[in-house]
Amino acid sequence: MDRTAIRAKVQEILRDVVDDEDVIITDDTVAEDVVDWDSTNHVRLIVAIEEEFHIRFETDEITKPESVGDLVDLIQAKLAA
Amino acid sequence: MRSIADLGWLTPPSADFAEQCQALAADASRGDLGAELARLATHTLDARQARRLARAIKRIGEAGGDLTPLSPFRLAVHSNATFDFVADHLPAAAARHGVALELILLPFDQVMQEALDPASQTNQTGVDAILLALDHDWFGLASPALDDPGGALAAAVGRLIALIDALAANTSATLILSTVASPPMSLFGSLDARAPGSPRALVGALNAQIVALAQERGALLIDTHALAEQVGTERWFDPVQHLTYKLPFASALGAIYGDWLGRLLGAARGKARKCLVLDLDNTLWGGVVGDDGVEGLILGAGSARGESFLAVQKFALAMKARGVILAVCSKNDDAVARGAFENHPEMALKLADIAVFQANWLDKPSNLEAIAKALDIGLDALVLLDDNPAERAQVRAALPMIAVPELPVDPAWFASTLAAAGYFEAVGFSREDRLRAASYAADAHRAQVKATTRDLGDYLTSLDMRLAAAPFDAAGRTRIAQLINKTNQFNLTTRRYSESEVAAFEADPASITLQVRLADRFGDLGMIGVAIAKVREADGVREAAVDSWLMSCRVLGRGVEEAMLFLLLERAAAAGAARVVAQYRPTPKNAMVRDLLDRLGFARVAEDSSGVRDYQLAVRKGPLDAPPMRITRPAAWDRDLLP
Repeated sequence: MDRTAIRAKVQEILRDVVDDEDVIITDDTVAEDVVDWDSTNHVRLIVAIEEEFHIRFETDEITKPESVGDLVDLIQAKLAA
Repeated sequence: MRSIADLGWLTPPSADFAEQCQALAADASRGDLGAELARLATHTLDARQARRLARAIKRIGEAGGDLTPLSPFRLAVHSNATFDFVADHLPAAAARHGVALELILLPFDQVMQEALDPASQTNQTGVDAILLALDHDWFGLASPALDDPGGALAAAVGRLIALIDALAANTSATLILSTVASPPMSLFGSLDARAPGSPRALVGALNAQIVALAQERGALLIDTHALAEQVGTERWFDPVQHLTYKLPFASALGAIYGDWLGRLLGAARGKARKCLVLDLDNTLWGGVVGDDGVEGLILGAGSARGESFLAVQKFALAMKARGVILAVCSKNDDAVARGAFENHPEMALKLADIAVFQANWLDKPSNLEAIAKALDIGLDALVLLDDNPAERAQVRAALPMIAVPELPVDPAWFASTLAAAGYFEAVGFSREDRLRAASYAADAHRAQVKATTRDLGDYLTSLDMRLAAAPFDAAGRTRIAQLINKTNQFNLTTRRYSESEVAAFEADPASITLQVRLADRFGDLGMIGVAIAKVREADGVREAAVDSWLMSCRVLGRGVEEAMLFLLLERAAAAGAARVVAQYRPTPKNAMVRDLLDRLGFARVAEDSSGVRDYQLAVRKGPLDAPPMRITRPAAWDRDLLP
């Protein structure tokens, strides 16, 4: 799956999680840029990503990504593994 | 792997689930909000979908919308873990069980502080109930206490009692206690069971005390330990999610936990189901009693299938013993269906166990309405167990308040799936419950069905039926002969032919032969209909005389008989016949087609003392509305004669 498709999926999930259909993300987006992307919703996002892509993150992977770009890279790496 | 965590007894939500939630939330003045929310909740929802529905419920509540028939319920939750992700599932799960839930999540791990402070949220906001969702960590039992197991247990129980007392002093809300899941990490191995200071033994002892406390204090109880055991504690405890997010248990189990809690709240509000309605053929026994006969049924010891059906009967009996009313709803001849109860030696269920017994050829929604009326209970108190996916879809579409569990194809799963769905949750068991089944004079009463015509248009179209017609051929011969010889009920003349006789019809240019297969969105039903007509000259008129016409009862009421007549008329016209003549020849088993030809527009021209009826119908253009299915025929068939 290419990065664009993964990011589109992440955006769709994030929109659902923060209940805002207008959210647009880029690789540089960080949590602070999005209203309601707080720590609780971050967990919802990660859990939903795990379900959507059928992957499981390990403890140290979850804390690493700082931007959407990092997260997309991580998903891509997990999908390839 | 089949798991109760997947809630497989529910159907998946439709593709426009999100839009449906939005549409409901947008109009708080609608009168059907509560019923629609309950219907939307009765699907396998992931966390995101459950949250969408929860938001809709919240918005409607805030806008003052009428949520009837859902019962309002304000629940405060004390948890020593991050309960938000469990909470995401709760309003949808509660709506599924008849409850409009308003949730108040108390601050993470502030259980005791909240309880002791008279000005705290719990004690201020009049809540109906307070759930204490506490795990072994909170009770201090995560580590072994080999030196002083008694002291560790006493401290754990003491902590809970102090909490309960503090809450009781400040609020009158009902308490919901929870047993504790036992972590899978063992200390000694199997010896844990015998070592009082092992976490496993300590949790076991604590749970016994929690159950006793619930009894003593009049609290409700959610048996989290039993749930964790059923899904597997290895799965329940997810170390990554627990350590990283402080989740109380694996996020994938939120839906089933929510459903368990929803059942409990529903039961507390009197919303648990009261009556189990059972289909017969291929639900209570293997086979079709009208065609296979009582002796041909698969039931009881001796085969895995037979035992599967017996397990369904035994589950039904266990439910009856605890006060659930049993009823039967089956497309069958009444006498034939009762005959199976009376004459099959392996039947665990007896007619005397059944309060209302509906075996007829009318649609199931009408019969279910009759059952509810006869028992004087609501339709939302019924559960229908039926192996036939098309029947299930019809009932859900017509009467969404009736619980209709999805079932796997393999009957080995029927009983456990029905049990796992938790429709009959109870918060108490009284002498009245014990006596209830008997108080509903269990006389297999036949309820009057209100003879209203139900508009099935949308439902039939939604089945996406594809009917394929062909003349007899070598490939179909065995199945044709089989149908001819075993179909008793939908069979106009009950003439039996061997495979070689079938081959003779196939080769005879003066015979019209028709074999019909049906597929729908649930799968391929295979060959389900056969017809034979002989073209002959009578009184100077060429006519097609129906020799045989039979159909599987599984597809009754779906427009298939109309489609077969349509095809028969088409073939008759192609053969130059001016009319179709047909006969109904009564047998003890084919009463269901006695009036078929009248219903299809044939004129009855004679009836003799033995009940044999003669009919005829002129071959003309456009005699019938197009049946609600796609019909395919061989390319060689002339199809211009009729629309």
